[in-house]
Amino acid sequence: MTKVVKHRLFWPAFSLVALIVLNTVVRPQFMKITVRDGELYGALIDILRNSAPLMLVALGMTIVIATRGIDLSVGAVMAVSGAVTLTIIDGAEDPGSTSTVLVAMAVGTGVALLLGAWNGFLVAVLDIQPIVATLVLMLAGRGVALLITDGFITTVNSEPLEYVSTGYLFALPFALFISVAAITAISLVERRTALGVLTEAVGINPEASRLAGVRSRGITFGAYVLSGTLAGVAGIIYSSNIRAADANAAGEFIELYAILAVVLGGTSLVGGKFTVAGTVIGVFIIQTLKSTMLFLGVPSAQSPVFFAAVVIIVVLIQSPRVHRIARGLTGGMRSRNLSAHSDAEVAA
Amino acid sequence: MNASTVTATRETVSRHTRTFLDRHASLMPTFAAVLIFAVLLIGAQIHFGTFLTPLNMSALLLDNAYLVILAVGMTFVIVTGGIDLSVGSVMALTGIWCADLLASGHSAAVVVPLIILAGAAIGLLIGVLVQYFDVQPFIASLAGLFLARGLAFVVSLDSIRVENESVLWLQTTRWRLGEWYITPTGVLALSVALIGAFVMQFTRFGRTVYAVGGNEQSARLMGLDVARTKVAVYVISGVCAGLAGLVLTAYSGAGYPRNGIGTELDVIAAVVIGGTLLTGGTGYVLGSLIGVLVFGTIKTVISFMGAEQAWTRIIIGLMLLMFIVVQRAIVVRAERRR
Repeated sequence: MTKVVKHRLFWPAFSLVALIVLNTVVRPQFMKITVRDGELYGALIDILRNSAPLMLVALGMTIVIATRGIDLSVGAVMAVSGAVTLTIIDGAEDPGSTSTVLVAMAVGTGVALLLGAWNGFLVAVLDIQPIVATLVLMLAGRGVALLITDGFITTVNSEPLEYVSTGYLFALPFALFISVAAITAISLVERRTALGVLTEAVGINPEASRLAGVRSRGITFGAYVLSGTLAGVAGIIYSSNIRAADANAAGEFIELYAILAVVLGGTSLVGGKFTVAGTVIGVFIIQTLKSTMLFLGVPSAQSPVFFAAVVIIVVLIQSPRVHRIARGLTGGMRSRNLSAHSDAEVAA
Repeated sequence: MNASTVTATRETVSRHTRTFLDRHASLMPTFAAVLIFAVLLIGAQIHFGTFLTPLNMSALLLDNAYLVILAVGMTFVIVTGGIDLSVGSVMALTGIWCADLLASGHSAAVVVPLIILAGAAIGLLIGVLVQYFDVQPFIASLAGLFLARGLAFVVSLDSIRVENESVLWLQTTRWRLGEWYITPTGVLALSVALIGAFVMQFTRFGRTVYAVGGNEQSARLMGLDVARTKVAVYVISGVCAGLAGLVLTAYSGAGYPRNGIGTELDVIAAVVIGGTLLTGGTGYVLGSLIGVLVFGTIKTVISFMGAEQAWTRIIIGLMLLMFIVVQRAIVVRAERRR
């Protein structure tokens, strides 16, 4: 039992289950999944579908954080990739053709990859603090996205594009498959090869791992490229969902939610040990919370108050001082029990 | 004068400049900011012909008064090696709350202290999380950002007009000197900057801020009150954000819960351009003032050119990049010499 409780995924998983149980109690239709035309619908399916952009961004953020870094530019990269993709589709002769959309998405993702490489260059080659290095793109990125869309919100009507976010495959939302593909690919590469261990080594002590022969520069660089690319795909899913490229609203605050998901999942912000499964759980916690608030009728603008409370609770649980106080309390109780016990013995 | 004395003088001159540069190495980035500011102004004047007018320069301070106030608070935090992401949201919260309280008939004498207290309270929360619960400043101020932004929308989902005369007075009054003018908000911003600079340079507290940023461990061993200082800088930043909320509300004549989204980034960029190192330990409040003026001038130049305002963010991003690369080079050189 203690082994289960001590497992580092216990608390994240426990919170998610508690949240789902709470939702089911308050609104029984939460768990209900209906089948319409061979496609599944329901609150749970919505959570799986809508979590795709955050999932991709949070996965990339996990690897970046594992290298002791942080990527603030993901929201801006989402805006740029969405702007590039939709501008190409909008300018094409036939916006509805699958090949046009595929090419546009490939270019959008490619641009995002380059932006990630730019971050990686600043952090790994020039040794600039990750917060500052990615702040540059966070500032400039949305400006670039606005220039690409000429300051307007580019809207397009294109069926293949809409399919990415609203389409179904084997009765499940297509966006879910993108998430699953990313989770599987990252888990396999990080855990079935030495890359994951090397990444943790870089995060725990970059200098020591470099001296031990780990190519820490390359690993850090790769983490930012991955994060940029995943943010690019997330940007395409986002703009597919709203059928528009909105340079200001795309990925707004997503860097904060992604960091929150990573921390909720149990990966420490100081780098080193990371858990992909934890991040996945963290993303679902956030998405379920959002769905809960929507149900409770809290205006989405006010939801940050609840997330602030969650952040504060989580960091307090992780803080050493609270651990000490908790240990002091339980230790105190134990010794009081002990003394009560011995008193009883004496009386006997 | 023969050739040898010429070379000798040259050597002494270069030696003097070298000692000057060594002694004031931490001032170099701020000098660079002043230089850039001057070049920007002169360049714009040559290009447009009517840029360096008293009216324009007065407007520069007027339009950026809230940014100056935020940047002063942020400088304190960054010099200790921290960061405060919450300022934009706290400004929005105090601004909308101010408008809301005024609209329901409270007097400005009650409302203004109240909103500044609210800013201080959020700063205190962040400071306590950072100092006593070992939360990284980034995450603690992130919680502050979420909290303040959400609360701003709890106060009101839409903008609220301000009709209170004493608050509007802050903005509509123009004290003139010929073509030049200054508003009470401008005076407020300048006084905050001057007080900030004085506290930072000449008080025990200010010197402790530098010491904590330079090396927290050493500061503690020297017997300085590190804990109190680290909490205090976040409270200062919160107070500044509260004040900025008042100034922005007066400036726009309304409170609006979506105000200041991304302003924390502009402020951080301005502070860095003004010569404060994000690693802590070095920085000047007056440098941050210059940083904000550079930011404001770029905005004005872009609107003069009639170009997209999107360029402001791009140019600020590039300038930030240039500065951090130069700062990085300075740090690397200093480490090598050691």
